[in-house]
Amino acid sequence: MKGIPGIAALAALAAMLPLAAQADVAGDIQQQCAGCHALSHDYATQGIAERAERKAPPLDYAGNKFQRDWLVAWLQAPARIRPAGMFAPRLAVTGPDGDVVDADALPAHPALPAAQAEAMADYLMTLKPFDALIEAESYEPGSIALRMGKMNFGKFKGCDGCHQDEPGTGGVSGPELYTAWARLQPSFISSYIANPVAWDPHTMMPVGDANADAVAKLANYLKAIGEK
Amino acid sequence: MKKILLVSALLAMAGVAQAADHGEQLYETYCMQCHGVQGHGNGVNAAHMSVQPRDHTDTKEMAARTDDELFKVIQQGGKAINKSVLMPMWGGNLSDDDIHALVAHLRQLCCGKD
Repeated sequence: MKGIPGIAALAALAAMLPLAAQADVAGDIQQQCAGCHALSHDYATQGIAERAERKAPPLDYAGNKFQRDWLVAWLQAPARIRPAGMFAPRLAVTGPDGDVVDADALPAHPALPAAQAEAMADYLMTLKPFDALIEAESYEPGSIALRMGKMNFGKFKGCDGCHQDEPGTGGVSGPELYTAWARLQPSFISSYIANPVAWDPHTMMPVGDANADAVAKLANYLKAIGEK
Repeated sequence: MKKILLVSALLAMAGVAQAADHGEQLYETYCMQCHGVQGHGNGVNAAHMSVQPRDHTDTKEMAARTDDELFKVIQQGGKAINKSVLMPMWGGNLSDDDIHALVAHLRQLCCGKD
């Protein structure tokens, strides 16, 4: 009989361990990431000047945005996603052929050990303030011919002005999109294309006039180039 | 009475300066990536574009556009004035006041006036 309360206490302790571990990870993220990444949505209530000051993408809605497996892999071997950095105008220098990004000014992201990458990704995936936006999505991934998708992406919609749909092809101020399908949740992709300001009022992504079918066409193109 | 007039004039000047700053901040955020940090139409994205962005310092070209046309192209995009789709519509990101501030900044860039 004497052992039972001991076992119960151990069980209770074991149940608390994940919570304690999560609190540790939250503290680590606050300490190691908050210097560059927003972890709360406070930026949305500030003036537009805050956009130019950002050093890295906000992570306050990471759980609504990222694919966990991609996060785990990327944190261990980070590679640049935005060719011109987080805010191109601040990193651009004007030369004889126009503005170019000062590559030396682009900061590198630290690489994490596997266990820390797993723990941080798990924590980041709990940050889901925009479940309602995700739940409002009706996008069902489908297929599109690469050639048709590319024409729509570039010639008809002008997305290639800021984004690359293959390495070295397209604008540099926005994130590369040939890795978007691995990086982002499908419903986030469609929601963000349709209404990016709902996620970030200071986004540099324009709110277009694409209806649900047009959004699906663009999202399906990201799927097609991501799975190529 | 003189003091009241002076304070009113200073407040009005502060308001104009604030609006000019706002237009400049908006230009930096939404326009410079394509139109360039100096507005010459050669931003970091320009080299990758099939149609070159407008040089906002070109007085002659810009003088040929009315403020209403500039407002329309910012709000509704290049398509709205039969120009390139590479110029996005910013009407869903910016308020009318924001767009007016941008138009004022364009006038400052092209023609040196508020």
